[in-house]
Amino acid sequence: MADDDAIRCDACPVLCYIKPGRTGACDRYANDNGQLVRIDPHVVLDRALSRGDSIVPFLDRDRDWDGSIVSGPETFITAIGAGTTYPDYKPAPFIISSEVQGVDVVTVVTEGIFSYCGVKVKIDTDRHLGPETNLVRARGEPVGHVTTGEYGSQMLSLGGVRHLTGGSRKEGTVACETLLNLCDRKPVELTIDEGATVLVQAGKPPVVDGVLEERMRVGCGSATIGMFAKQWFGKVDEVVVVDDHITGVLSEHQAGKLLGIRETGIKMKGHRSTPGRYFRVAEPGTAWGGTNIEDPLSILQTFNPKIAWPKLRLLMVSTTGEHCAYYELDEALRPVKKELPSLLSESVARIKENCEPALCNVLFMGGAGGSLRAGVTENPVRLTHSVRDALTRVTCGGAPVYVWPGGGITFMVDVSRIPEHAFGYVPTPALVAPIEFTLKLTDYAALGGYMDHVRPLDSMLHGEGRRHLSANPDNPWPLSPAKSPRSDQ
Amino acid sequence: MRERAQIRLLPDGRRLHLHDGPIDLIVEAFGVLAEINAAYRAAAERFVTVLDELCSELTFLRQSARGGGRPAVGLIARRMVAAVAPYGEWTFITPMAAVAGAVAEEILDTMTSAATLSRAYVNDGGDIALHLAAGEQLVVGMVERPDRSSLFGTATLDSTQPVRGIATSGWRGRSFSLGIADAVTILADRSAMADAAATIIANAVDLPGHPSITRAPACDLVPDSDLGDRLVTQGVGELSLGEIGDALDTGVAVARSLLSRGLIRAAALCLFGVNRVVGVSEASEAESVAAPERAKSSRSLIHA
Repeated sequence: MADDDAIRCDACPVLCYIKPGRTGACDRYANDNGQLVRIDPHVVLDRALSRGDSIVPFLDRDRDWDGSIVSGPETFITAIGAGTTYPDYKPAPFIISSEVQGVDVVTVVTEGIFSYCGVKVKIDTDRHLGPETNLVRARGEPVGHVTTGEYGSQMLSLGGVRHLTGGSRKEGTVACETLLNLCDRKPVELTIDEGATVLVQAGKPPVVDGVLEERMRVGCGSATIGMFAKQWFGKVDEVVVVDDHITGVLSEHQAGKLLGIRETGIKMKGHRSTPGRYFRVAEPGTAWGGTNIEDPLSILQTFNPKIAWPKLRLLMVSTTGEHCAYYELDEALRPVKKELPSLLSESVARIKENCEPALCNVLFMGGAGGSLRAGVTENPVRLTHSVRDALTRVTCGGAPVYVWPGGGITFMVDVSRIPEHAFGYVPTPALVAPIEFTLKLTDYAALGGYMDHVRPLDSMLHGEGRRHLSANPDNPWPLSPAKSPRSDQ
Repeated sequence: MRERAQIRLLPDGRRLHLHDGPIDLIVEAFGVLAEINAAYRAAAERFVTVLDELCSELTFLRQSARGGGRPAVGLIARRMVAAVAPYGEWTFITPMAAVAGAVAEEILDTMTSAATLSRAYVNDGGDIALHLAAGEQLVVGMVERPDRSSLFGTATLDSTQPVRGIATSGWRGRSFSLGIADAVTILADRSAMADAAATIIANAVDLPGHPSITRAPACDLVPDSDLGDRLVTQGVGELSLGEIGDALDTGVAVARSLLSRGLIRAAALCLFGVNRVVGVSEASEAESVAAPERAKSSRSLIHA
């Protein structure tokens, strides 16, 4: 069956014989003049295209005008789909020169294989997802753990070398798949030991135990009192901010005391924590402030007749500003619902305005310290030094990265700023992520670069298998002069 | 070697994408969430060994189905062999003609045994296995040319009809065809049956020896093709309306014969925008919906 010029593809057990110019049964691998190639398109960021999609200021804020009318190249080659030469004893797949403001700039693009990588996930929610340090599982396999809770958000740390290569084969595969899906902005279901099941997708609201989280509250009820006490002062006598965690009462709260707000004789249900702060005024639910109450008056007891007075003005509002009601006391000190005065509706609107949409965000974090550097230069440590000295800019699929201080080239990047389908994986298991190093041609020569492999940008643009994308207008242009060596964000 | 089976939800969060080597499945299950999850889990677990199973007896599966011989080992291979068995005596076909439909069937059956679903489908590159609980229906879009994705009609299938398998074959698709049909879409009781029948009928839509048709031995293009040195269609030039009718007639005759043997429930044959339909009454809904729209849309396709 062997055919002289056909090659055997070993990408899968079908083991197709592929003739020159044809693809295998999968349509993904092809014989290109005797070479087995993957024909997933290579991604090229096209800056010019983005001009049509977004408003571009006359002069880029990142680029101070030096008096010349020369502009940088409008195209940047990303490493997405570039392939890799793991274990990197050969030059990186593409080393591209392009001229920026009169200096030759080199971009070395490669897809790095990261066994040492993971993602940090920030989930905007006040719900309890699980105890700190407990395991986070995907399809039953441990893929990470619960780390710190930050204000209004719960952080998860997923992946890392111990899950990728330190556990069972299945653990590694599932961890790799989880990271890949999260980096690709796909939804992933995560289950926390002794905790919740969360559907996480970068840039989308989390779904906790089947409930979609829409809005972050502006703060707990007590914090809301603190934030808005001044705005309420003089316009209303009492404010109750209804919250499932901590319900706040203005006249008793420290913020109200400091303003000299008079006691009102209000009596709350629930347990008083510290003055003006109440736990468990009701059960958790989907009504007012994450409680189950529909009628806010149900959390009040009768006013103390020795302190309260007729015509006392009372505002009740939830921590998201989505619910509010205004009352005045009658002669018998019973609250009577009235229309919300416009002076107060402004403050309610402001609570709403200050609630941000709840989202999940995913940062990819990887260490490009190892042999990957050898694909860039014959003297790998010089690349690290060059990054440190701000001579070399690191980007990931054209997106800005934060390079951690200390040894190696360990970087973090917001996956939502990277073009889609930028990540891949190998059976190690490890993630394949794009990484680009951009520096001046002279600096590249100085650090031992593969000068004989440098190709001009023009030669890259018209080949087959290039995918031209508009640059993300939120990202600084990778070839613009950097302001900070560490971070462009 | 690259990582093998990929199992992931599509961005819509509803559909499951299973990929391994040349196999690409789009799976969707309907029902209560826990059952859908159970079905997807079962599908994924079953899927990871599918390609290895098939490859372990690939040589056997690439041989002509004539004369039976030893039975296949794997469950999917058995479905393939059974699906092509009715044809082996009178024409050339290998079990590979039913591979896509058989994989779809196997994954669908895995899901429906693991979970209670109202509806489900497994779409293996256009060869589709369906599950419909009592009272349920499913709308299926139809394309005329496999290399273009515009719909030319829809078929509504409901649980009272016997149809649970759909397949499309044509020379422009991923597999080689011996005929010139742009597309032959089959409705049958099972997807492996539909897959085999689509291949047979698409092969039959032909004008042997016509100078406008470019053909090449399959093995010259793909050295290990199951079709050996048989001539496969590489291009179809201009044909007169009469010739198009003749080619379709041959296909229709084969389709009618398969229909009478219960091997298919309905067939739609397309060539250069001309369409023929067989088995209208059995697949009533499909025809009444699809047929009137067909002529109009296919004309616009030609001018596109």
